[in-house]
Formats: sequence, structure tokens, C-alpha cells
Amino acid sequence: MATGLQLAEAPEPLLGATWRDSRAGFLTAWILRRIAFGIITLFLVSIVVFIATHLLPGNAARAILGTTATPARVAVLEQQLGLNQPAWEQYTSWIGGLFQGNLGMSLAAREPVSTVIGWRVLDSLQLLLAAAVVSIPVSFGIGILAAVRPGKAVDHAINGVSVVLAALPEFVTGLLLVLLFAVGALHLLPAVSLAQPGDTPLSNPRILVLPVLTLTLAVIPYLSRLVRASLIEALNSDYVVMARLKGLKTGTILIRHALRNALIPAVQGTALTLAYLLGGVVIVEYVFQFPGLGSALQEAVNQRDVPVLQAIVMFFAAAFVLFNMTADILTMLLTPRIRTR
Amino acid sequence: MNNPDAGAPARPQEAAASPAAEAADHPERPVVSPDPRIPAATAGRPGAGTVVAASVRGLRVELAADRDVVSDVSFDIGAGEIVGLVGESGSGKTTVGMALLGFARRGAVIAAGSAVLAGTGSSGTTDILALPEKRRRTLRGRVVAYIPQDPAASLNPSLKIERQLSEVIRAHEGNGAGRQAAGERIRAVLAEVGLKPELTLGRYPHQLSGGQMQRVCIAMALILRPRVLVLDEPTTGLDVSTQAVILKLLRGLCTSHQIGALYVTHDLSVLAEIADRVLVMYAGRVVEDGGTSQVFGRAKHPYSRALLGSVPDVRHRTELSVIPGRTAPPGQRPSGCAFHPRCPLAEDRCKTKEPGTTDFDGHLVRCHRAAQVAGQADRVILPTPVPASGRTAVLSVRGLSAGYGQHAVLRDISLEVFEGECLAIVGESGSGKTTLSRCLIGLHAQQDGEVSYRGASLAAEARQRSAAHRQRLQYIFQSPFNSLNPRKSVSAILTTAYRTFFREGKETEQAAVADALAAVGLSARLGSALPDELSGGERQRVSIARALICQPDILLCDEVTSALDVSVQASILRLLGGLREERGLSMVFVTHNLAVVRNIADRVLVLAGGRVVETAPAAEILDNPRSHYTKTLISNTPSLDVTV
Amino acid sequence: MSEIIDTLISPEPAAPEEGLPLGRRSTLRLALRSRRVQFGGSLVILMIAIALIGPHVTPHSPDAILGIPFQGTSPGLPFGADYLGRDVLSRVLAGGQALVWMSLASAAIGMLLGVPAGMLAAYYGGWRDELIMRGSDVLLALPIIVFALLFVSLLGTELWLIVLLIGISHAPQVARVTRGITEDVTHREFIQSAIAIGIKGPRLLFGEILPNIITPLTVEFGLRVVWSVSAVAGLSVLGAGIQPPAADWGLMVSENSGGLAVQPLGVVVPIICIGLFAVGFNILTEGIARTVAGIDRRRSAE
Repeated sequence: MATGLQLAEAPEPLLGATWRDSRAGFLTAWILRRIAFGIITLFLVSIVVFIATHLLPGNAARAILGTTATPARVAVLEQQLGLNQPAWEQYTSWIGGLFQGNLGMSLAAREPVSTVIGWRVLDSLQLLLAAAVVSIPVSFGIGILAAVRPGKAVDHAINGVSVVLAALPEFVTGLLLVLLFAVGALHLLPAVSLAQPGDTPLSNPRILVLPVLTLTLAVIPYLSRLVRASLIEALNSDYVVMARLKGLKTGTILIRHALRNALIPAVQGTALTLAYLLGGVVIVEYVFQFPGLGSALQEAVNQRDVPVLQAIVMFFAAAFVLFNMTADILTMLLTPRIRTR
Repeated sequence: MNNPDAGAPARPQEAAASPAAEAADHPERPVVSPDPRIPAATAGRPGAGTVVAASVRGLRVELAADRDVVSDVSFDIGAGEIVGLVGESGSGKTTVGMALLGFARRGAVIAAGSAVLAGTGSSGTTDILALPEKRRRTLRGRVVAYIPQDPAASLNPSLKIERQLSEVIRAHEGNGAGRQAAGERIRAVLAEVGLKPELTLGRYPHQLSGGQMQRVCIAMALILRPRVLVLDEPTTGLDVSTQAVILKLLRGLCTSHQIGALYVTHDLSVLAEIADRVLVMYAGRVVEDGGTSQVFGRAKHPYSRALLGSVPDVRHRTELSVIPGRTAPPGQRPSGCAFHPRCPLAEDRCKTKEPGTTDFDGHLVRCHRAAQVAGQADRVILPTPVPASGRTAVLSVRGLSAGYGQHAVLRDISLEVFEGECLAIVGESGSGKTTLSRCLIGLHAQQDGEVSYRGASLAAEARQRSAAHRQRLQYIFQSPFNSLNPRKSVSAILTTAYRTFFREGKETEQAAVADALAAVGLSARLGSALPDELSGGERQRVSIARALICQPDILLCDEVTSALDVSVQASILRLLGGLREERGLSMVFVTHNLAVVRNIADRVLVLAGGRVVETAPAAEILDNPRSHYTKTLISNTPSLDVTV
Repeated sequence: MSEIIDTLISPEPAAPEEGLPLGRRSTLRLALRSRRVQFGGSLVILMIAIALIGPHVTPHSPDAILGIPFQGTSPGLPFGADYLGRDVLSRVLAGGQALVWMSLASAAIGMLLGVPAGMLAAYYGGWRDELIMRGSDVLLALPIIVFALLFVSLLGTELWLIVLLIGISHAPQVARVTRGITEDVTHREFIQSAIAIGIKGPRLLFGEILPNIITPLTVEFGLRVVWSVSAVAGLSVLGAGIQPPAADWGLMVSENSGGLAVQPLGVVVPIICIGLFAVGFNILTEGIARTVAGIDRRRSAE
């Protein structure tokens, strides 16, 4: 039996009056570091892009002018494009220009790149945003539904459809949708080339429908499965068992306990989904002839318009890095264990 | 909140004065004036005229396929009484505890039985198992509450403590009472468990220590003044000192609030400290049921006796009894008495007929031969060895310091291990004992100081040490589940270890593997098994075999029995002891468990905060410790000896 | 992104393991009992067979012009004619080879590059780890379709180049996943005990660690193939893959899309073929992943 000698318990964690201060400081430092990482990544990306576009065999000027061009004309164009400068100078002037918002001159259109692709960026953004606005809530809904009835018919059905949808390339889904809605039995939407040159989503919202639907169908299988898995994990955790044993209602448990913790991986997944959507945009725009960055990219490739190409690639990369960074920062903010030291 | 307790006890603060001392003087619980609404249990054990908090009859829980996890379980818990439910893994003890809350884990179904709880219902009692799930929910947390095994996992990491406490009130009483009143109740219950509200309420669980988190869980359980508590190994994972404090707290609260508690555990010594009655479970049945001193002093079931015999005690060095065979999981239990394949007293009828319960004046036993089981269970007490003088030091450490990054873990450690002895390194969590053993074996690069083997200096990292050095020191890990390569068969694992040091022909290799398996008591056919197919005890034996096959000089054992059942622990300890004697091995045994230390150590080194507190021969340090730290550690270690 | 999802896949209900003699329970055997693996596997084998054997069994030559452009189903042209009047069926039978070998090869290259990188990053840690991970971050940020289009436009359509590029684009993801699972394994005690005995370097990585990560890596390979199919076919559709007049499923999609309203089969049949191959692989991969998750869950429940 205990003889009465008292041993004090381990002293309480050292958190004093400066707790709040250090928390804010710690958070800011972390976020700044993360942003710095993102910027460094972008720098490295820009170097790779530059090397790729400039160190390739063949001369850009000659490629633009074609094989019939005289050496003199090629030389003139080279001078204009700054192609006779040493590589690193070209790089620094390009990068410097980027920082000032000057994306260079389009070779094909003889206009600033920003003019050429500016509105295209907006269009693609609208597409992306619309796809996100539709797919994210739907994915969450489906994921939650499947998670609260695991193993039942609903879950199996959702899973079966997910496996198929996840595997299909976007253009397959897109074309099947076109067949279904535009050409096939349901003549709900106008025929294949849905967008006219000059159309923007604002002027003709119907052109958004099928591309958004295609992107949504590409995203839902991934995101809903992620939501489902993280919710199931939360529902199987010890603290949910504890909540049940405390006598809490199922609804309370689901929302206040399980979802709150399941959100964290789901938010990460959402940000990464947006990054994934970026990749899908190019092909979807092609299939539906949607006037956005994707099709601008195709044209630039065909026309060997290097500055435009570089700008578009940097844009995609920056968006990707941004989404990833957001994912990391949001995770940090949502997890008390990480954000409070 | 209406508390239909007749004979209200003294104010909680007063009653908590020295409940442990009280309990020691009066092994029977204090009798409370009977409440006519609540009938005393007819099974009679708590004593006539006492209030019954919970009453279980004929409980049967099955897995989906008509395999029972527990069957025919009946017992009572009196108000203010702590009933211990002890068993090893597979005994079904946790299932019984959960059933009291009307809960069965996924895949299991409560097929039959009743669990009558006091404190609710028109007649003052309700059978929670007779209610539909929705109604059961209203009883959980309010009439019967649960205290979990792992508070860190059982508290929601994203919610502040205040929220997790107040939601219990709101779930059962709605917002009626008002936030003010609820806040006061929360503060009151936090004070009862010894926590300061201003330092607890606004925090997240990860900002509290293990002991504090457990106190929060206790507060959460008590806040609605339940009549019954189910405690699921609540002090596993806590330091011995913290455990002592929590046990005291629990004992006091149960007495002062007249709560009937079911304390589920595998640790018999803890029950000796705080339980009034003990139920022993084996293979889903209650095999023995009696007062603590009855069961511990005069156990009548062969399993209980063997189990008690296999528990090491911090007061005396005893010869641990070993139970042959292993527990059968549900669905594979033998016919008749489930214990018969392992029982020294088994006769023919034990193999075919399940024994009924025999009542020895309040002490219930489920055994055909209970009457023939002799009186006192004898524990052979061995003398604690006195180390011989003038031996050579095989391992020598001077001025060892180690850390992780900026954080220092070990400071200036010096020790020696002599030939043929067992040196126990004892420490609580955070003492640095695991870091120390990793430094010795070469798995911790960041170290300063000198470690030498028979005079030759050892490099800090294993890969820089010579083959001879690596061969002579062998390490055995704590977790049986992670210490063997899941993709390799047992013989492949042993062969790999052998080949690292010896280049002999295939026949010699195979012979060595067979020898090693035999030395640890495993059959040769297990050579082709994968680790997943073995039990925890068998896997530890394979780990030991792998160490032996390298022909070592020194064995470093890092908490090798902490993850094992008590009876399995006993067999491993005996195995290690036997091997040491046979082969003249030296051993360094790292542990937090002083009872194990008493059982196997020749000399003991106590570690705290990264420094050596004390080193001395075992007998000396355990009977006559010099430092205050060691004294407290020993006094806080629970002992089976209930006669003190 | 798939690495997050696929480590969280829910397990199959406990597949019966009893009945197998001691030591014979390997994950692969268990997986073969799964319905998903059987179904998906059969589908994959079927599509590969079509792709490999198809060119030898075409009823007509894939290049022969046998009818009017976009002619519908007619005798001798069970799926009608394509935009030049060639038999769709024959072209479909002949058109699977490129897709199949390119997607398998690029996934394989991705694994060959990414697995050692991930293992080394996890094993050595420190600056090597940082370097490899930062490098893979950069690679991930590069949109591969764009790069493929770029290279193809400047260098012409070299199929091996496309395969290489797609393989390189897989590498960062593979490296990340490999690093994660290698880390987990390295911290487990059986690896620590191997290190303590003095096993190191290749013997440790290949003898002790690799057998424990093979199965999750198989799952990863499956996912890479599915993604490769998307990329390879997509590039073909965009005109950066196999060039006309070769028969190729992806190419057929873009060639025949003009006649979608009139003769959809020229587009529908190839996309169904592409779809079946990808879906079959996905189901197969999912089956293996569930088997693994089931084993892990049972193991951690002990």
C-alpha cells in the first residue's frame, strides 16, 4: 500500500503569459517560410522552362520564318528577338520583365503577350472556377454520404462509378458527353463546335456547361473518395467512440467531432484537386474548342511563339505552386496540434 | 441533478482525506443504509443490506458467426465499491466492460443477458441491455460513464477541453440550466480531480500531460454524477508515480460519491491496491469471483493461481510460474472447461463438461475441482542474489552524453556491466533509458563519451564497429510486432543474422537455426512460418533466437516484456534467466517496471532526467534505497501483497 | 495527389487466409482471390491481346480506302468508315499497340527513376533528401502536356521522347510515395535491428526494405499506367503523338471527330477501347490496394 509519501505529478507544460505572442510569431514565420519555398520553386521552374525553350536544336528565328528565309532576314529577326545575346542575359531580361508584368512580345501577333493571352487567362479561370464550384460541394456530399453508410449499396454503387470515371481520360468523358447531349438522343445543347471565335463564357454561358461537366466528372471520383476515406478514419477513431460513450447524439458526433477532423485531409485534397484540374484544362479546351489558355497554348505551339509559350507555362506553374502552398497553409491553420506549439 | 442516493456521504473534500489508508484498514466497503427501492443483489457478495449500483446476469456476447466472446457472466457492483475485472488478452474483459455501457464493438453482438443499473427508471433501476440503442444513449455519460485507456486518443484533438466537458451536460440536459450554472459545475468537477480550470479549459488536449488528460477524462465521466463507472485500463501508459496519484484519486472519488466502479485491467498489482473485489476472466468466462484478499491470498481456480504466480512483485523475488500453451481465440476454444489443455489438475470431466459455479461463502469459483485446490497459493520466495566481487567488466561507459538536435537527453552517464550479471536500467518515461540502450548498441549517432567492450572502444554507430563487436552485443526490442521482418520466414530471419557473422556451409547454417529455435523453446516447424502467423510471445522468442544465433556475449533487452501478457512475460523472463545461466551471458535489461527488476536483476541503475540517480546491487537498492527519487518510485509501485 | 487517396483506401472484408500452409501467405496469392483483381486483370489482358494480336487479324488493310468518308455501318464495314473512307474496325484492331506499349513503358520509366530516388531520399535523409524532394517539387510544377507539346513541335514526334517525358513526369510522384513508405519501414524495429547487426547499404535497401514496399509500389505502378494512358492518348488527340496515316486509337479520335454527328462510331469505338484498358487497369489496381489495406488493418488490430 502507498505509504503516504506524496510525489507531485509531472509539472504542467510551460506555457506562460507569452503564449499568445509566440503563437502568432510562430505561425507567421512558418507561413513566410512556406511562401519562400514556393518562390524558389518557381525560380527553378523558370530556369527549366528557359533552358527548354532556348537550348533546343534549331533556331527559333529560322523556325518562325521557315526554311525559305534568307540568312539576312534571319539575322534581322534574331536581333529583334534578342536571340544573339548570351543565354543568361536573355534569361535575366525575361525574368526581370516578368516581375514588372512585362511578359514579352508575341512573335506571331507582334503584340504584347499580355494582350494576347490576357482575356484567355480570364476565360480559363472562369472555367476552372465554375468546375471547382460545382465539383467540390458535390464531391463532399457524395463522400460524406458514402462514409456514413460504408459497405451498403449506396457506397458500392458510388465506388463502382468512381473507379470507372477515375480511369477515363478527360477527353473520353468529354466526347461521351458531347455524344450524349449534343449529338445523341438528348439534343439539349447545340452541336459540336460549341464556341464561336470571340465567344466568352460571359457572352454565351452555355459553352461552359459541357466542359465544366467533364472536368467535374474527372474530379469527383478522386475528391469524393478522399473525403470518404478521411471521414471513415475519423469515424473509426477513439475519440468518436468516446463521444458515443459519453452519450452524444449521432448528428453531433458526425458534425462536431468527425467532420471537423476529417476536413483537414479533405482541404488538402481540394487544393490539390484544383492543381489537378489545371492539367485537365488543356485537353478539355481542345475537345470543346473553348477559348482559353489551353487553346492559346496549342496555337503557340503550332506557331512556335516562344514568348507566349513561356508565359503560359509559367502561369500554369505559378498556379500549381500557389494551390499547393494554399493546401499546406490551410492544413497548418486547421490543425491545432501544429499551430499551437 | 437529482441524485437518489439515500444516506448522502460526507462532503467530497473531507472524504478524500486518506481513502487509501481507510481502505487498508477496512477491506470490506463501508456499509450504507439500504435504499428500499434498490434490492440488494441476490448473488449476495457485496454483503447483506448494501446498495447495488450495477447488476449483470447471464451476459453473452457473440461474434457474428455464433462464436462467443463472453458467456454466462454474472456479477454485482455495490455503490462505492471498486470491482476489478482481470484477464489477459482474449479473455473478453474489455467486452464485458463495454457491455455495461450497452456497447459492443463492430462485429460483436450482445446476444443475451441483463445489465441493471441503479439511478434511473421508474423503479430506480434500468436494464440497459433491454433498451433500444437510442434510449441507451441517454444513460451513457449520465448513469454509467466510461474512462478510457488512452486519453490522448480519446479526446478530440481539435476541440478545446471546455467544449468537450460542456457538451456532456448539453447532450443530456439541453441548454436549460444555462451557461453560468454549467460553467460552475465544470469548475467544481475539475477541482475535484485536482485540475486548475484556468490552466485547463482553454487548452487543446495535446497541450496537457498524460496525467492531466486522464484527469480530464475522469472529470468528464463524473460531471453528471453517474452511479456506475467503467474504467478500461485507465493507468496503462502512465508513469508509476502518475499512476499512483490517479489510483488514489479514483479510490477517493468512488468512495465519496458512492459510485460503483468496474476496473478492467491486466495488471493484478493495481487491483491489489484499490479493488474491493476481483473477478478473474479466462476465455470469456468469469472463473473466479471474490474479495481481493480472498482471491489474491487463497485463489481457488488453477488459472487464477497460476496467473498470480506469474506476476512478479516488487517486494519479493519469486519464482514465476509458467502456464504452458496459449489462450485460444473465440471460435477455437476447447470443449468443456476452456482451461483444461493448460491445467495441471485437469481430469476427464474437465474435457467434456463446462464447470458450473461453486460458492465458497461469497467466493465463487468455476472449476470442477475447486474443492480440491489447496489453501494458500504458495509463492516460492527466492533470495535476491548478492553479486560476487572481483569480476571483469564486459561493458564500460564513461561520461556518455547524447541528445536529439539541440535537446540533451543523457548527461554524463557512467556505468559498468560485469561478466555474467544482469544489470537493470530503470527509469520512467523521459528518463533517457531507451536512448541509453540505443547508444550502447550503436543506433544513436549523436553521442559523446566513451563506450567500451572489454577494454576496446566502441564506435558511436553500429556500421563503424568491427564485426566482432557487432556480434558480441545483441539487442532485443520491445515490440514483438515490429521487430521481425514481415516478409521473411523465421528461418530466413535467423539465417540472415547468422550469415552476417559466420560463413559456414549450408548444413552448419541449418543446424544453427534449429539449435537457436530449440534454445528458445520453439518447435522446428515454425521455421517456415511468417511472423504474422505467430503470437506475441512466440515472436519475442524468435527475436531472442536471432540474438542467440550470433553467439553473443551481452544481451541488451529494451522493455522486451512490456507489450506481453503477464503469463507470457513470465515465460520470457524465465527463458532469459535460464539462457543467462546456461551460457554465462551478461544482460542489460531496460525497463520501467520495478517488479520485473526485483525478479531478474543482480544490480540496478536508476535513471532520471538523463542522469544516473543511484547504482547498487538489487537487494540493496530495492530494500534500502538511498535517494528520495528511488524511494518514491518503489513506494508508488503497486504490490500484490495485500496483507500489508 | 493519388498518393493521399490510395493510402486511405478502405479494406476488403477479411479474405479467408486459413487453409494456406504456414509461410505460404503472400500478398499476391491473397490478391488473386479478390474479385476486383480477377475482373480488372482479365479486362487488361483482353485489351493487351487486342492490341498485340489485332494488327494480324484485321479483316481489311487499315490503310485501304474502302468506302465513302464517314459511311455508316454497311456490309464489309461493321463499324463504318472513317474520315477518309477506311474501315474503322480494321483501324481499331491495328491501333492499340502504340498506346499499350507507351503507357506501360512510361509508367515503368517513372518507377525506375522515382523508386531509387525515393528510397535514397528516405534512407540517407539530410541534404540528399532535401535535394531530391525540392527537385521533385519543381518537376511536379511543370505541366507535362505543355512540355510534351513543346518538345514535339520543336523536335518532331519521336515516340520514345514522349515516353521519356511522360516517364520523367511520373518520377516525382513515385519518388514522393516511395519516400513515404520507405520512411515508415525504416523506422520499424526490424530494420533498426538489421542496422545494429551491421547490415547496410544495398543489402539493407534491397534485402530488407524493398520486399516490404513492393506491394504498395505495385499499386503505384498501376496508378501510373492509368495516368499514362490519359497522357499518351491525350497527346495523340492533340496531334503530338503518332502521326497519320498510322492507325492509333487516340489519333482516330481527333481525325474522326468532324463526323461525330454523322458517323459517331469512328470516335466511339476507339474511345471505348481506350476506356476499357484504363478502367481495367484501375480496377485491377484497386483490387490489389484493397487487399494490402486489408492485411495492414488486420495487422495493426493485433
